[in-house]
Amino acid sequence: MRKIRLVVAFAMLLLMAAPGPRRVWAATAPGSAPATAGGTSPIAPDKASAGVDVKIDNFSFTPQEITVKAETTITWTNRDDIPHTVTSTDQVFKSKTLDTDDKFTFTPTKPGTYSYFCSIHPKMTGKIVVE
Amino acid sequence: MADEMADKLSDDSLLNHNLLHPENDGIDRRGFLKCMAWAGTGALCVVQGGVLRSFALNSPEAKRAKGQLSFVQISDSHMGFNKPANPDVVATLKAAVDKINALPATPEFMLHTGDISHLSKPSEFDNVDQILKSARPQEVFFVPGEHDVLEDEGAQYRERYGKGTNGAGWYSFDKSGVHFIGLVNVMNLKAGGLGSLGAEQLEWLERDVKHRSHSTPIIVFAHIPLWTVYPDWGWGTDDSAHALSYLKKFGSVTVLNGHIHQTMQKVEGHITFHTACSTAFPQPKPGEAPSPGPMKVPAEQLRSLLGLTSVDFVRGKRSLAVTDSTLA
Repeated sequence: MRKIRLVVAFAMLLLMAAPGPRRVWAATAPGSAPATAGGTSPIAPDKASAGVDVKIDNFSFTPQEITVKAETTITWTNRDDIPHTVTSTDQVFKSKTLDTDDKFTFTPTKPGTYSYFCSIHPKMTGKIVVE
Repeated sequence: MADEMADKLSDDSLLNHNLLHPENDGIDRRGFLKCMAWAGTGALCVVQGGVLRSFALNSPEAKRAKGQLSFVQISDSHMGFNKPANPDVVATLKAAVDKINALPATPEFMLHTGDISHLSKPSEFDNVDQILKSARPQEVFFVPGEHDVLEDEGAQYRERYGKGTNGAGWYSFDKSGVHFIGLVNVMNLKAGGLGSLGAEQLEWLERDVKHRSHSTPIIVFAHIPLWTVYPDWGWGTDDSAHALSYLKKFGSVTVLNGHIHQTMQKVEGHITFHTACSTAFPQPKPGEAPSPGPMKVPAEQLRSLLGLTSVDFVRGKRSLAVTDSTLA
């Protein structure tokens, strides 16, 4: 019994030590929402096709500013009880009206800075920096 | 109950809060506050040339007389909204119509200052139209809110409510010698900005009022406030100063807005700004919440935070009487 327990414990140790997924860090602007407000996506191998999530809530985009590699899919989810949109200031992308729980995705292909806002509540702004 | 209150609130008991000290700017603030405390019971408060006059709603003075104009403003019905702050916006809009129909004198018409629908869906507009069919005042003048022009740059709004209007839906009309101007400040909003009227509309407005006599009473109605209530929450209009400059010459200008889902008033010279309650859900006071979204309150309090606005104009008087009442 003791030997089996040891083996199991050792096996678990091995599993835990195995190389896990690497993080894609989404840079947040100083003073932006803390990590608990729904920051980076935890699952991301270094393949650029992995996604990054932005939460829309309380009339804000969180994280307000993200930095991603090109070809990364960004997914906005509206958790607010009011509809919002995700609208690029340079007409690069524009979501439909997103009601609560609706999503919008955009995958930038070129490096650069993409500013966006909510066309219904224009004080809500966000930024994507693509490397 | 209304009758008892009316008896108590005779002219004599509410009168006599005159000015004032020489350094006073002519506004009788103490009297105004006293009057506002009674406003919820159905008193009508009128500020005329700095002197407050008030009388019970069903007194002869308050009844519609010759040359008097009375109408009602409703706003922000958000038909289609169904979240906890108000799961039944149909019921509360119907309650507003019931209140209007119970007024002692039927208002001549209604103004709806926008956010008629919540998501610009055809069924939402249809529902509002259906409910308003049972209102005694059958003539309704609309201006759109930002929730009414989603997806189609307002094409559906204009098809339904904007026949004969200009551009995105601005227009003017006259009633009993009062000139009404409906403005649209929810189109082409810029990132980080507030509401916006735009150059074309401003040019139209300047032409529209240029040759009117300065004694013509003006009523402007638009969705987003035309004064800066709280910029952090987008509660203001970037280019409203231009619009107001065209109205400077007029002796009486009243601006009626919605959007902020609470009543607020400001007087600036000859211009009185007033915002109406929503018939759908309340929003927090400026800065008193992280964001301006729907404010959830205990169910039994909801209707006391929703409401409508009655406006009365008496020929010869410079100011309009603006009365807010809740749905409670």
